Amino acid sequence: MALPIEEIKKLISSSIPDATIEIEDLKGDSNHYAAKISSKLFNGISKIEQHKLVYKSLQGKMGKELHALSITTEGK
Amino acid sequence: MDAKLEIKNIITTNEVCLFMKGVPEAPQCGFSMAVSNILKHLNVNFKGVNVLENEEIRNAIKVYSDWPTIPQLYIKGEFVGGCDIIKEMYEKGELKELLKTKNLI
Repeated sequence: MALPIEEIKKLISSSIPDATIEIEDLKGDSNHYAAKISSKLFNGISKIEQHKLVYKSLQGKMGKELHALSITTEGK
Repeated sequence: MDAKLEIKNIITTNEVCLFMKGVPEAPQCGFSMAVSNILKHLNVNFKGVNVLENEEIRNAIKVYSDWPTIPQLYIKGEFVGGCDIIKEMYEKGELKELLKTKNLI
């Protein structure tokens, strides 16, 4: 099952409101994405914690509806 | 053995441990292959745990680290990251530094 880019952005924005999000559909199959996300919420926390915030915003879809999303995060 | 206990056991008895899909010699997923290749490139000895062979471990490792994806790298019992983080650490030289600091390379 595939998840469209707009849907992913909406999910991330709903729990990380100030997020600047760039998503690329790597294979044009709505199933392999690369996302670059920056937010003030990432300031001062570890990469693991940053990625966990993104995963949490996806509400359990990661690894299920969303097969592959590579994530790059940075603070603002 | 309880899966959580088994995980604890694996990551404490193996200093560098990669939970992955497939085995280091034959990874079965691009992300697992990427991390496995980085570790090989750094000449570090590591234990590969094939989660495709053990459904219980596959589920329990995600709960253990509160991390939804495979691969997962553990160094001296500590969760260090998944594919994206490990790649980034490798590119910045931080992974090599960490392994050196822990006397693993």
